[in-house]
Amino acid sequence: MDIFLQQLVNGLTLGCVYAVVALGYTMVYGIIQLINFAHGEVVMIGAMVAMSVILGLAGSGVPPLAIVLIAVLAAIPACMAVGYLVERVAYRPLRSAPRLAPLITAIGVSMILQHLALLIWGRNYIPFPQMVKTQTFALSNSETAATITNVQIAIMLLSIAMMAGLITLVYRTRIGIAMRAVSQRPDVAGLMGVSSNSVISFTFVVGAGLGAIAGVMIGSYYGIAHYQMGFLLGLKAFCAAVLGGIGNLGGAVLGGILIGLIEAFGAGYMGDLTNVCTLNKFLPGFAGLCGANSNMAVFGSSYKDVFAFIVLILVLVFRPQGLLGERVSDRA
Amino acid sequence: MTPYLPERLRKKPLVLAIGVAMIVIALVALPFVLNIAGTAWVRLTNFAILFVLLSLGLNIVVGFAGLLDLGYIAFFAVGAYVYALLASPHFGIHLPFWIILPIGAMLACLFGVILGAPTLKLRGDYLAIVTLGFGEIIRIFMNNLSEPINLTNGPKGIATIDSIKLFSLDFGRTTRIGDFALNGQIKYYFFLLAVLVIVIIINLRLQNSRIGRAWEAIREDELAARSMGINTTKLKLLAFAMGASFGGVAGGVFSSIQGFISPESFTLTESVMILAMVVLGGMGNIWGVVLGALLLSFVPEVLRYTVEPAQHALFGRQLIEADVLRMLLFGFAMVLMMLYRPAGLLPSAVRKRELTRDDAGDAA
Repeated sequence: MDIFLQQLVNGLTLGCVYAVVALGYTMVYGIIQLINFAHGEVVMIGAMVAMSVILGLAGSGVPPLAIVLIAVLAAIPACMAVGYLVERVAYRPLRSAPRLAPLITAIGVSMILQHLALLIWGRNYIPFPQMVKTQTFALSNSETAATITNVQIAIMLLSIAMMAGLITLVYRTRIGIAMRAVSQRPDVAGLMGVSSNSVISFTFVVGAGLGAIAGVMIGSYYGIAHYQMGFLLGLKAFCAAVLGGIGNLGGAVLGGILIGLIEAFGAGYMGDLTNVCTLNKFLPGFAGLCGANSNMAVFGSSYKDVFAFIVLILVLVFRPQGLLGERVSDRA
Repeated sequence: MTPYLPERLRKKPLVLAIGVAMIVIALVALPFVLNIAGTAWVRLTNFAILFVLLSLGLNIVVGFAGLLDLGYIAFFAVGAYVYALLASPHFGIHLPFWIILPIGAMLACLFGVILGAPTLKLRGDYLAIVTLGFGEIIRIFMNNLSEPINLTNGPKGIATIDSIKLFSLDFGRTTRIGDFALNGQIKYYFFLLAVLVIVIIINLRLQNSRIGRAWEAIREDELAARSMGINTTKLKLLAFAMGASFGGVAGGVFSSIQGFISPESFTLTESVMILAMVVLGGMGNIWGVVLGALLLSFVPEVLRYTVEPAQHALFGRQLIEADVLRMLLFGFAMVLMMLYRPAGLLPSAVRKRELTRDDAGDAA
């Protein structure tokens, strides 16, 4: 039970980060039907900028919490600028081009951002400075109790606050109405006096801002930053967005949390479930395979990165519109 | 070959014959000339041809059928691992290449079908993501399938893979005919050249066939193609499977030239590189793709020999590694080509018309 609870806590934390990143994908997709491959890189840049700021201020006597706050406040505009520039330079000129064209530039931009980051921050894994001392709380009294750290609590609370903020923005404000209008019919929205170009830019900027915070969260959760950290994270978040129903904000949140949970439980139980020696108890035929080494897992936790894609493929086969999404048209 | 030639060449058979003869002589002489500069250059040329093969395979998927495949390297990896497992001391199996290459091609093709079947019904963007994910999955499996049964030897990779042997000609060794030495890389060059010629002929024939025209129709307007009675799902799957099997063959040859493979050689970076080659040269144009692949294979090597020493001379230290520069080059090639010359350096006529924006509103 303790392992279960522990994986639940880990999964929820990770899921919250995926959800915030997935919101960035789903917003952009909802408004211009483009997979913004560079979004994972924006998250990475958020983590890197925050890390540099923290390292720069570390010895200056500023209180640790203030340093973290300053770092986040520096990362957000940096990412927003990157998001805006990418949209302006690489996507906007191709808005009326065939679908293949912006997808290819998106991949190109992603490569460029990754390697620019490599030039600035180097190719090594960089330990993400932990400014706030990690405190661990036990969830029960037993010795093997599941634990939750203050970092995990902060990540979850912050994610929930951001999701609530975004949903308020989209459904309760004027610019939100404009965003929804542009996503339905850009030309008609234009006739109603909505400047669709600035609304689309705004969407990219908001998504990038969320990405920046997600970058700081994932950096402090794993305690590490790397120029390629955004790639896999972005892919999984995209899987989450598709699982929830791409273009649907609630869906992105649900999908993100589900992917986080699936990954955590998969990593936690996969080894035991596919352990040849455990299977022995049920199927005596495996006895010969189980040697002196009692851990003969066929699929161990090293396969955890595979789950998100398997989910993606299953969703595409059985429910392409996602859990909460509307039917997608299948035009190429 | 005549239908593929420009009108003015077809009218002058003598010019044509001389031209072809000169190209053949140049291609035959090339490895010997390069070998004077060093075997490394011949090896580089071999890898460039390998990239041309891969680009031509990807061109079937991206260029002909208009499907974005971002995990193409996975099929290359399947071919490479099939060759490595069936011709190395790892399992102690040593089959000849003409048995393994078809097996590798078929297995890669099978993977293509398994991957394409669920996703090709959907819109193109999903395919891009699924193939991207598939590329990662294959790499994760190659990295981890060393336990509990050692299938791939994990991150350590498989070494001492057999070289190709044709009759008594071992491609791994230097053959001496009198004073005339023929080293392994030169032999591989001719082998690759032969494969390349076959692949180009297949591609040219394919492009103008019923299938090729159907792909073109699907690429330009899937709905219209379907209304004309084209089974779009089946044909897209065919494009995907064919591209995959070309990748599988190239992978097998790669394995034998290299003699060693590990999951490191099959990352997303490689997939993106091949895509950049296709995009640079001109999606859908066979000669354009050949040009793009050759350019993007050689330019980074030239950079390696010029930029790094230049930096040392100018700044006294190295600011940008050639590797990073190469990836930036690939990234910028894709973005700039799409923005300013979407049909590539050598655009195919149809593709040019299609990728140039028009304001008539048929952009979807």
